[in-house]
Amino acid sequence: MQSKISVSNLDFFYGKAQALFDISLEIPERKVMAFIGPSGCGKSTFLRTLNRMNDTIPGTSAKGSVLIDGKNIYAPGTDVVGLRRKVGMVFQKSNPFPKSIYENVAYGIRINGLHSSRSDMDERIEKALRDAALWEEVKDRLNTSAFGLSGGQQQRLCIARALAVQPEVVLMDEPASALDPIATQKIEELVVQLKKNYTIVIVTHNMQQAARVSDITAFFMLGKLIEVNPTKKMFTNPDEKLTEDYITGRFG
Amino acid sequence: MSERVLQLHKRRNLISSVMTTLTAACAVIAIALLVLILSYIAIRGFSSFNLQFLIDTPKPVGEGGGIGNAILGSLLMTGLACLIGLPIGIASGVYLAEFGDKWFGKTVRFLADTLIGIPSIIVGIFVYTLVVMPMGRQSGLAGGIALAIIMIPIVARTTEEMIRLIPNSMREGALALGAPQWRVTWNIVLPAASTGIATGAMLAIARISGETAPLLFTALNSRFYNYYYDQPMASLTVQIFNYATGPFDVEHNMAWAATLVLVGLILAINIGVRFLTRKKF
Repeated sequence: MQSKISVSNLDFFYGKAQALFDISLEIPERKVMAFIGPSGCGKSTFLRTLNRMNDTIPGTSAKGSVLIDGKNIYAPGTDVVGLRRKVGMVFQKSNPFPKSIYENVAYGIRINGLHSSRSDMDERIEKALRDAALWEEVKDRLNTSAFGLSGGQQQRLCIARALAVQPEVVLMDEPASALDPIATQKIEELVVQLKKNYTIVIVTHNMQQAARVSDITAFFMLGKLIEVNPTKKMFTNPDEKLTEDYITGRFG
Repeated sequence: MSERVLQLHKRRNLISSVMTTLTAACAVIAIALLVLILSYIAIRGFSSFNLQFLIDTPKPVGEGGGIGNAILGSLLMTGLACLIGLPIGIASGVYLAEFGDKWFGKTVRFLADTLIGIPSIIVGIFVYTLVVMPMGRQSGLAGGIALAIIMIPIVARTTEEMIRLIPNSMREGALALGAPQWRVTWNIVLPAASTGIATGAMLAIARISGETAPLLFTALNSRFYNYYYDQPMASLTVQIFNYATGPFDVEHNMAWAATLVLVGLILAINIGVRFLTRKKF
């Protein structure tokens, strides 16, 4: 199995407080990897180290290395803007821009100069919305406000927006935690679809969700990576006692 | 429910309705004052208001006269102040909000707050020394610069406040698409904050439209239509001041009419800006 992302001995600090301890992890290409663990265990922080989103928080620092396609993204002189184009992100709370549905998807394409013409732009937008399973619902109102969409539709719009810039990796930070069961199911089906073309890392609080969508699961606790295993094994026969206790609901 | 709980609910409902009434009363007082001032201006102003008054220049008492040159001067100087003050003010506000957490930003913020509190006459004296003395005469240019100086800190601070209201998640959403910082600010943050920034600009324009003291030193006044920034320039506020301090009732009435025009102008600018920056999404 080829590693898309290879993390070794990663420590992460908010000021002086250490949030991640010596994380080493291999994330394979075109699979879905799920991060589970109790609140505040560092799984979101870890996810955000993979596209250096934490850079936007003052006073944070990282030690160790994160290789994506063999290149350390924490090496000096790394093009962070280029990195984020390659490693897209979907956030816990949907965050569409105060623009039309069309412009929301067009934004990433435009800033990265991916389109060759007006019709090429239209095609890219249709494809991204189709990939995010949203096209049929919005094709007749592309020029209306993104805020007019339901919560689940807004989240899929954010996924479409992320896919439109043709990333190789998509990071998802609890993408369905604020959605109802039907919208959640749609997002989950989408994740399974997307792994044909993308490497996906998803943080979730929902154990069933991890079991349903992921190929590999990593369990975090108190900033440490406790266990990584194929999802099936993780949920039936985990190596660690802590994992078993968490999965069976003895704490967390 | 027990008797005690019912009693408690009753008391709370009572307190709630008393407080609601009190706040409503305060709101009524605030609005009533505004309505009083505006209606008094309207009543006094309309009685000596006519179209000729809007066009004429001031004339000796008894021969009529108007405020045409003063309206033009006010518009020219306010326009110049906006041209200088809005870009600098908005840009500083963006800087303070997006990058101003270090010592430099804190210092600038503190100085801006101090500048907002400085009496405008001091700005007048400052510009007198800086512009009027070297030029050798008062001018519309000096007036515009004085107004811009008053404007900049107000615009900067309101812009900063409005930009801080934009949720961070929106910035992160754009950054995660591979947008460089400047494009996030330019394409996402500024448009989202535009209505608020326009409100801040409006407040600043309204404030400088009412300034008299700094113009006395810098633009002086003029009895004629003047289209040139290097010459002394009339303004509505200075003209109102002159009419209002004159000895004759005719002049006082013209002061009221000019006041009405000034309020009307501010209202018109306000509505115009609201219309241009209305929320599309």
